[in-house]
Amino acid sequence: MSATLVPDVGRTVVRANYHPAILIGGTVVVAALFTAAPWFLPVAWVSVLNNFFLLLIMATMWNLLAGYAGMVSIGQQGFIGLGSYALLYLALKGMNPFAAIPLAALIAGAIAVPVTFLLFRLRGGYFSVATWVVADSAMLVILSISYLGGGTGRPMPGLTSLSPSEYNHDSYLATWLTALVVSVGTYLLLRSRLGLVLASMRDNETAARSSGAKVTSTRRWIFVIAAMGCGAAGAVLAISQPFVQPGNAFNINWLAEMLFATIIGGIGTVEGPIIGTIVYFVLYQSLQGLGAWYLIIFGALAVAVALWQPGGVWGLVRDKTRFELLPVGYRVRER
Amino acid sequence: MTWTNVIVQGVLFGGFYALFACGLSLLFGVMRIINLAHGDIAVVAGYTAVFLVPHLHIAEVWGFVVVVPIFALVGYALQRTLLQAALDRSPLTTLLVTFGLSVLIENLLLEIYTANGQSVNIGSLIGNSWQVNSVIYVSWFQLVVLIVAVAVLGVLQVYLSKTSTGRLIRAVSDDREAAQICGANYRHIFGIAAAIAVATVALAGISYGILTELTPTTGGSQVLLYAFEAVVIGGIGSLWGTLIGGILLGVAQQIGAHYNPAYQVLAGHVLFLAILALRPQGLFGKKEALA
Repeated sequence: MSATLVPDVGRTVVRANYHPAILIGGTVVVAALFTAAPWFLPVAWVSVLNNFFLLLIMATMWNLLAGYAGMVSIGQQGFIGLGSYALLYLALKGMNPFAAIPLAALIAGAIAVPVTFLLFRLRGGYFSVATWVVADSAMLVILSISYLGGGTGRPMPGLTSLSPSEYNHDSYLATWLTALVVSVGTYLLLRSRLGLVLASMRDNETAARSSGAKVTSTRRWIFVIAAMGCGAAGAVLAISQPFVQPGNAFNINWLAEMLFATIIGGIGTVEGPIIGTIVYFVLYQSLQGLGAWYLIIFGALAVAVALWQPGGVWGLVRDKTRFELLPVGYRVRER
Repeated sequence: MTWTNVIVQGVLFGGFYALFACGLSLLFGVMRIINLAHGDIAVVAGYTAVFLVPHLHIAEVWGFVVVVPIFALVGYALQRTLLQAALDRSPLTTLLVTFGLSVLIENLLLEIYTANGQSVNIGSLIGNSWQVNSVIYVSWFQLVVLIVAVAVLGVLQVYLSKTSTGRLIRAVSDDREAAQICGANYRHIFGIAAAIAVATVALAGISYGILTELTPTTGGSQVLLYAFEAVVIGGIGSLWGTLIGGILLGVAQQIGAHYNPAYQVLAGHVLFLAILALRPQGLFGKKEALA
């Protein structure tokens, strides 16, 4: 949007190859449509949309971690679980579950801060497995707290005053608005100075470091932001279940789904997680009733994409058409 | 005396963890990658022993003799196809591909064999134990596993330092390009390292299936995590460190379990996180191995 004029010849430097008003207008229209969705869509569709946005939040966060900051976390389910349980705790203490969502996300983020000081001592694959150890430890600690329901879990309090249709409506809106905040926030983050530092780290870490980029503290910020995002996802998950149980809240399948969706859609692109989440739901809906086969097919697809089309679906589209729906960089345009 | 027993049982479990870990450690040392499907391969080996070996009409205790060599071949083939293709892309791709493989294996096992636990049955041999005194029992089988773990690590150490293939593996791991210039085919060397890694973890997986139950998710949440913790506690890049790491992990878990069975795994995680905080290079590791 900030079109800067290059002094000499007739060229401008712009972000998008379409008018910036289209981006803002489009976002407003899409946001209005999804906000109004429960009024004109059948209940079953709203429930699918709810799960769609839940996975979209997770995939967006995982893409930020692995695609932009180079941290392949396989322990994000830990922060999903912590977000669920933070919300359960706040609701048990008498807070309105919907109002407590931001606070639950903050709690997950606060726990992530000391965790980074341990995890950042390891690199690459060792970092990855260590994130899982942290997630498993968090689950084991929660399991031993009987106030939070131990191994059997507890229903989310504070929702009984709502009628079933009010509950469906409100929990969808909570998920959708969280997804909107996370997506727009991530997009703006990637367009900011921090996003520029991330891009330089991704392209060449040593060069970025020697140019004065604060690589470690940038990684720490991203890890904490991703923990908050996954914490928020865990919180809205707890509302839409509405039952909090360790086996579900800390399930490794959340991680598998967000990772596969990101790879298939296109890791390291803003559009990738959205495309990947759509692919996931198309597969999931068409393979319903076949047990874990949807995850097997989705996983096999992700492995194939990682090996033979590492840019994913969106990478392919972008390379062929040079079109970017949600641009984060700049390009020179001839007038 | 109870404490002596806790420690003895911990040391015995340590044999398993060292056996889980040495393949992981070897692959990282040679290729600088972590195989996230490491644990799931162990479970597949265990399932093979449960479901395939009974068809061969041999005593089940001989299942090792059939399954372990098969898995050495599987390891070589896996490396030359999927893992090498991923390695040619980037380290990130190897993590994604091996994680994908892990999810595929777990869910396929779940679909085919359900979530029920499976045990490798070796008859009455498993029950034999040696009573040291009124509180300490040493299970023969666990003692054998510990001895096998020490033997495997010892043979691996000698293999890597004395034989020509072992020297090649070390040469490729030190400087792949220089080794290539001298005529080493690094892809074949990687394949051999993967064959050893997968064979050892298959051995560990079958043993674990004899001692306890295997479920489709045992590979990720137990074998991989324990193997990884043993490697980091002992020190990345040190084979004997891995043995000590495995034993310390076993002892920590048994101490935790002594207070409350629910704390068994958590106590191991706590030891791992404490090592990460206080001595990130591990007990016997070198600082530069971390980078």
